[in-house]
Amino acid sequence: MKLTVWTYEGPPHVGAMRVATGMTGLHYVLHAPQGDTYADLLFTMIERRNDRPPVTYTTFQARDLGSDTAHLFKTSLEEAYDRFKPEALIVGASCTAELIQDDPGGMSEMMGLPVPVIPLELPSYQRKENFGADETFFQITRALAKPCEKTERPSANLIGPTALGFRHRDDITEVTALLNDMGIDVNVVAPMTASPSDIARMGAAHFNVLMYPETAESAARWMERELGLPFTKTVPIGVGATREFVAEAAELAGVTPRFDDSRLRLPWYSASVDSTYLTGKRVFIFGDGTHVKAAARIARDEMGFEVVGLGCYNREMAREIRAVARDFDLTATITDDYLEVERVIEDLAPEMILGTQMERHIGKRLGIPCAVISAPVHVQDFPARYSPQMGIEGANVIFDTWVHPLVMGLEEHLLHMFRDDFEFHDAAGPSHHGGHAPVAGGDAVSSPQPEIAPQKTTEEDGNVIWLADAEKELKKIPFFVRGKARRNTETFAASKGVTEISVDTLYEAKAHYAR
Amino acid sequence: MNDLSPPTNTSGCRSAPILKQRGQREVFCGLTGIIWLHRKMQDAFFLVIGSRTCAHLLQSAAGVMIFAEPRFGTAILEETDLAGLADAQQELDKVVDELLARRPDIRQLFLVGSCPSEVIKLDLAKAAERMTQRHAPSVRVLNFSGSGIETTFTQGEDACLASMVPVLPETDARQLLLVGALPDVVEDQAINLLSQMGIDAKVLPAPRADSDLAVGPNTVFALIQPFLGDTHAALERRGARHLPAPFPFGEEGTTAWLAAIATEFGVDQATFDAVTAAPRARARKAIAQAAETLAGKSLFFFPDSQLEIPLARFLTRECGMTAFEIGAPFIHKAIVGPDLDLIAPGPTLSEGQDVDLQLDRARAQAPDLTVCGLGLANPLEAEGLATKWAIELVFTPVHFYEQAGDLAGLFSRPLRRKDILASDPTSFGPKYSGGSGGLAPQRQP
Ligand code: SF4
Ligand code: SF4
Repeated sequence: MKLTVWTYEGPPHVGAMRVATGMTGLHYVLHAPQGDTYADLLFTMIERRNDRPPVTYTTFQARDLGSDTAHLFKTSLEEAYDRFKPEALIVGASCTAELIQDDPGGMSEMMGLPVPVIPLELPSYQRKENFGADETFFQITRALAKPCEKTERPSANLIGPTALGFRHRDDITEVTALLNDMGIDVNVVAPMTASPSDIARMGAAHFNVLMYPETAESAARWMERELGLPFTKTVPIGVGATREFVAEAAELAGVTPRFDDSRLRLPWYSASVDSTYLTGKRVFIFGDGTHVKAAARIARDEMGFEVVGLGCYNREMAREIRAVARDFDLTATITDDYLEVERVIEDLAPEMILGTQMERHIGKRLGIPCAVISAPVHVQDFPARYSPQMGIEGANVIFDTWVHPLVMGLEEHLLHMFRDDFEFHDAAGPSHHGGHAPVAGGDAVSSPQPEIAPQKTTEEDGNVIWLADAEKELKKIPFFVRGKARRNTETFAASKGVTEISVDTLYEAKAHYAR
Repeated sequence: MNDLSPPTNTSGCRSAPILKQRGQREVFCGLTGIIWLHRKMQDAFFLVIGSRTCAHLLQSAAGVMIFAEPRFGTAILEETDLAGLADAQQELDKVVDELLARRPDIRQLFLVGSCPSEVIKLDLAKAAERMTQRHAPSVRVLNFSGSGIETTFTQGEDACLASMVPVLPETDARQLLLVGALPDVVEDQAINLLSQMGIDAKVLPAPRADSDLAVGPNTVFALIQPFLGDTHAALERRGARHLPAPFPFGEEGTTAWLAAIATEFGVDQATFDAVTAAPRARARKAIAQAAETLAGKSLFFFPDSQLEIPLARFLTRECGMTAFEIGAPFIHKAIVGPDLDLIAPGPTLSEGQDVDLQLDRARAQAPDLTVCGLGLANPLEAEGLATKWAIELVFTPVHFYEQAGDLAGLFSRPLRRKDILASDPTSFGPKYSGGSGGLAPQRQP
């Protein structure tokens, strides 16, 4: 038994729903109690889908237990088939149905429906959402994909995008463009956009583009083995990775690599003088393995940040992320415990977080700016505008997204210069934040949610006392670095056994932390 | 006072036939109530003993991660607990010990049962008893079920409040108890109105465990929410007497609800009028504005919170709407009877759900406004049906006079919006939002 407050991943059947909802012509019959229908709102509200997810829940109740839950499943399956007439069905159990052991797979086999019925075994008490998506796509592929004649022109399948995926919608467009530029066609995009008959013809492609290992690696490996489809190993997020991806795809397709970088702006934006202030910004990176791996490389090599810590929440990627961390001389944080991530961030006191919506909240509390790079998703991660992470436009989008929460270079100096001006007040915040409260707020972090009430006691309750002069001096420091200055000074004082902070202590600490 | 009491045995809907279908239900489970209950009871922690699904439901229902360490959490059962390798009771003790050590501010702990804990027959009543002894007097431990196999959405609050009734101290005092968790601002308004009539009211749930709440044979109680059937029964078992009335939604509902209490406590008509005249006038005025949009429009309720019947009464009588169907997860006639009496015959009353069949009916009738859960709202909008999400009705202050206009506004806004927008939602082809609708420039071989 483990106490959990916030989770990075849902249960595995939600992963199966992401696959089913991304596809067309497929229906999922899920043996589950009524409350599990909450998962529909993830798709209709967060992703703003205008269709109900293609899922029928049996919604058994206590009074059905031990009598006819199995019968209920059969009726639901029959009625779902009659009503929706899918090309194929997937069937499975949520956590509760797993305990009552009705065996949806076995039952549906006996029913002799005229379309393929694919049983899913998703161990709810061991695994999570990404596993569920990966396993479901694998089972669907294994059941439906057949060896077939290759397309005449070089072609690839894009595999991995699902419903409720972080920017999957736009990544598909971007990767398609990269391939088309070299004369490589896209054969099938799956699971998102594919129907069961599309899955059947995946073997016609010359290779697979594994866009998201989290959701399609098992299928990629199976297709490599059984259909002779090699798959790409580089995920094209960031400039360097995109160039490598282009070379890799060209080789697999037997075409000349071609990379049209006329729309690529990240490298110049990063080199331009206003970006000097990005130099050595200390960042902490956390999210799913694929996005973290890509972000670490971009942060160091393309933005000039200093990566002070990184990690991922999906254990399936632990080995790879540990290897990345070693390359950065760091120890990876592999955990799905949100409070542990918060502790690591507090200890490292980075200047910026590249994380998930969870870390965005941590950042808000600690006064550290945060850009979101990975699922779990939030309604904000489905912007109306085109906003990919992959390919050329992906790199441009990443530059903007990461720089946005930071105070701009020249602006930082100007704010400092005018801090004594009567018109200047701390709450003004950087101009490009459009009149909102400052993001990097220091000690009093304001937030748009009225209910935010950090329940942790802060260091002010400790034994260290700020003398009036020092407190006054502290106020002269621009607000966006004041919180950090306060923390650093207190940590410094504590390490020296000093209990009263004077102006001298403040400047000794400043000298100590100077880089 | 009798002119204000609702007429009984008139031509209302109380004895109308009820349509019962059995199929997929599209509703939350009782765990959802924790989201608002934990705000109301400020020294309480809600510990769900469940699965990752339960934790994910809570997180999704909360919408945003409001607190770093909220006063709720899920003890997720693991393979070892299920295989009997670990004694689940001992494991639970361990989790609770750690929790209480980290949260010394907690005075009441609710162990909340889920589908998995109930299927494996984990005895939470026994656990609560054991823990109460262990942590007394600083923490009181109670248990209730929020599972989806036992409870639907707001029944979680019912189960929680019902679990508190047996441990309330006994009193012989003549008193009024208001039952239901409301936002403080609304609760204060109710208490204020009653105290102007000279009536002292206590509220279950109390904000803190150490309140002076008690119950006994001289207690009368008024329900503020229609979904409190088990709490109603638990209070009657303690000798308290229920004051049936329409629920305090809108001007008419609030007046009738207050009147039932006023009659019980012998408040004279002049006092009653003096206290209610001004807020009644304000409420009528506020409702009239929204009613301009609502009058003559048709309405369809999918089952969700059990608020459907009182709201249908409000919308048909005070806002001039017509109801095609009023679906509720459960219909307790002893509780919603007075509201049913006031609804003109005509609408289909349905209890329980087969969501696909119900969607067929809604499409066929094409109501102007459909009240439904979050899973159905956007898909129906895309089919051209304006919707109001039902969950907002339990998260927003909507009771009593001063909120009557806001309540009507919740229903008129979707209709006004549909009028304002130039676009036709049905033109957003299939899967428009998911992005699989041809955005990718695919070249097929
Ligand atoms: S329906 Fe049951 S398993 Fe699902 S979230 Fe609710 S309590 Fe948990
Ligand atoms: S101060 Fe004005 S001109 Fe100068 S960098 Fe900032 S926004 Fe640009």
